[in-house]
Amino acid sequence: MGDFWSAVADVATNESAYRNAIIAAVVLLFAASGELAAEKAGTINISIEGMMLAGAFAGAVGQEQTGSVLLALLIAAVAGLIVALVQANMSHRLSADQFVVGLVLNTLVLGVVGFLAGSNEPKTSLVSRWKVPGLGDIPIVGPALFDQPWVLYLVYPVIPFMWWLLYRTRWGLEVRAVGEDPNAADVSGLHVNKLRRQTIYLTGMLSGIGGAYFLFARSGRFEDSLIGGRGYIAIAAVIFGGWTLKGSVVGCVVFGLVGSFALTIPSLGYKGIDSAFLAMAPSLVTIIAMALFAKRVRQPAALARPFIRGLK
Amino acid sequence: MSDDHATADSSLTPPPADADTAGRSRRTEVAEIVGLYALCLFVALTVSAVLVMSTGGSWTDVYTAMFDGSLRKAGRIGLTLGYAAPILLVGLGTIVSGRAGLVNIGQEGQLLIGASVATYVAVRLGGPGPLALIVAIIAGIAGGAIWAGIAGFLRYWYKVPEVLTTLLLGVVAANFMGWGLRNRWLLLASSEGRANRNQVSEVLAPNVRIPRLRVFGNEFPISVFLAVLLAIALAVVMARSTTGFRLRMLGNNPRTAQRAGVSEKRYGFVAMLASGGFAGLAGGVMLAGGDFGSYQLVANFGAGIGFAGLLAALVANQRALVLIFVAFVFGALRSGSGFLRATGVSARISDVVQSMIVLALLLPPAILYIRARRRALAAASSRT
Repeated sequence: MGDFWSAVADVATNESAYRNAIIAAVVLLFAASGELAAEKAGTINISIEGMMLAGAFAGAVGQEQTGSVLLALLIAAVAGLIVALVQANMSHRLSADQFVVGLVLNTLVLGVVGFLAGSNEPKTSLVSRWKVPGLGDIPIVGPALFDQPWVLYLVYPVIPFMWWLLYRTRWGLEVRAVGEDPNAADVSGLHVNKLRRQTIYLTGMLSGIGGAYFLFARSGRFEDSLIGGRGYIAIAAVIFGGWTLKGSVVGCVVFGLVGSFALTIPSLGYKGIDSAFLAMAPSLVTIIAMALFAKRVRQPAALARPFIRGLK
Repeated sequence: MSDDHATADSSLTPPPADADTAGRSRRTEVAEIVGLYALCLFVALTVSAVLVMSTGGSWTDVYTAMFDGSLRKAGRIGLTLGYAAPILLVGLGTIVSGRAGLVNIGQEGQLLIGASVATYVAVRLGGPGPLALIVAIIAGIAGGAIWAGIAGFLRYWYKVPEVLTTLLLGVVAANFMGWGLRNRWLLLASSEGRANRNQVSEVLAPNVRIPRLRVFGNEFPISVFLAVLLAIALAVVMARSTTGFRLRMLGNNPRTAQRAGVSEKRYGFVAMLASGGFAGLAGGVMLAGGDFGSYQLVANFGAGIGFAGLLAALVANQRALVLIFVAFVFGALRSGSGFLRATGVSARISDVVQSMIVLALLLPPAILYIRARRRALAAASSRT
């Protein structure tokens, strides 16, 4: 056990562990910031996983075809949006169960992407690292936050933007109202399901970009296991954060750190812990964190309840 | 009166039928429903075909190969049945939890834990054949139930949404099994007399395997009958027993259930245990049945059966008897994909076809439900 703690201590002072943690946290952030809006409106998007995977694959194809990372990110956003269109319209225009639709979409995207990538694997590459002058020289925090692949910096404006959108615009107020009391919102003239669909579209675009970002910042090579359950962890981060933006950001960073530390321990030469336990660590920590925090926070009152006019 | 609500509502709503044409309109209604299902399935298969063609494959080859591999070629129906049985079992568990209003989507993990526990018991435990087999399978059921029980416990005592915990526990379960397969004292087979050093468990002794039947050249384990019997039993329990009624009440309206004295904690938690138990049973049946590998636990043992069972239950819309048919179709998709290699098209197309079919089958009930609601609302507003 002493061996384990000295391993943890080594990892905790390892610069690249933090850098990888932020890279892993940011993909969660892209997804979770959209998912937060959707959950505020009262809908849980299980299909966020599929949106991210579709974005990653579209980003890979986009980079191969156009050679431009920016265009690839745009294409990724469109791919995420397409998944979102199916999810939103099936569960919030028609009345199909949102979990069922989400789950099927995840398997569908995984199948389609695996099928297409298997027959013609797109060739992609990592994007280069940009160091922000000055800020990048701060020990530990600097390299983690300001000396990263440039696509990572895209998340910085997204977070304040989401805050402004949710808490300072009419649309945000309507979204939150719809998630708390859809019947009251409906009576006061809001289009409940339309607002919910819009939040899902937003989630789709952000998650698509997030998936492509992860491809460019982390692996540089597309595999269908690239996202590997990160969509679900992003949802867990929103719950962990008690449906607040601040909390969700903290949740994403915590889960990013756990995942990165689990990966770094063996690379530093510690063999005492079986790789299986390191691989399950993020999921396990997520479950424990939710068990600790889920009871203390108040979720949007109408979360995961479909709205059909005339039905309570 | 009827004119005015027809204009108020969307064009989807036909004017109400007169009494003497009611028989005819019911027939057109049935025709419409069948047509809607057919249309959705057709679109799903067409999209899959376009996908095959976009990668340079031939969709007629793909569909022929899948038909040959699942039904037409000798002995393939037996394999289809062997695949369908665990799908059916997992689906039955999903129905139990789904009826209680729970979203259990971690069947794959519960199945792996069930299979692992069953392997451990079957390999370690001696004793007369049938008894050891039964004990091993019961151990598998317990394993799956405990794994789902964790999520149920967190749901009812800590308010953690079971959607996420079941899923994340699936990841944990897969890693857990991988760890067991790396340790001799748990599941790993001894290396003596083994050609490869793959991480596999000991092969089950012949007397702890599920007996296989041969009917017209098709061979399948007798667990197929068990699965079908359980499906019928579940259908009866759900429709006719107090327990089934209480479970349905809990799922349809938790508040009514509470008023009627149905404890959400008790019934929900037990439903979750049962759901995981069915998945664990499926794992045990896969292990001892012989259609999945050679009676031993391997690294990717689950083979997506847990997920297929979940999807099958969703397609069957929580009805156990319909599920028998759906599970057969899903088993056929799986056995059919075994023939795809010859066509040069990736076998993953069968996953695509499967999800497409599920997505397509979700549409008609949703459309019909919305239409029925609109009609009811229109009728209500015309009355006032």
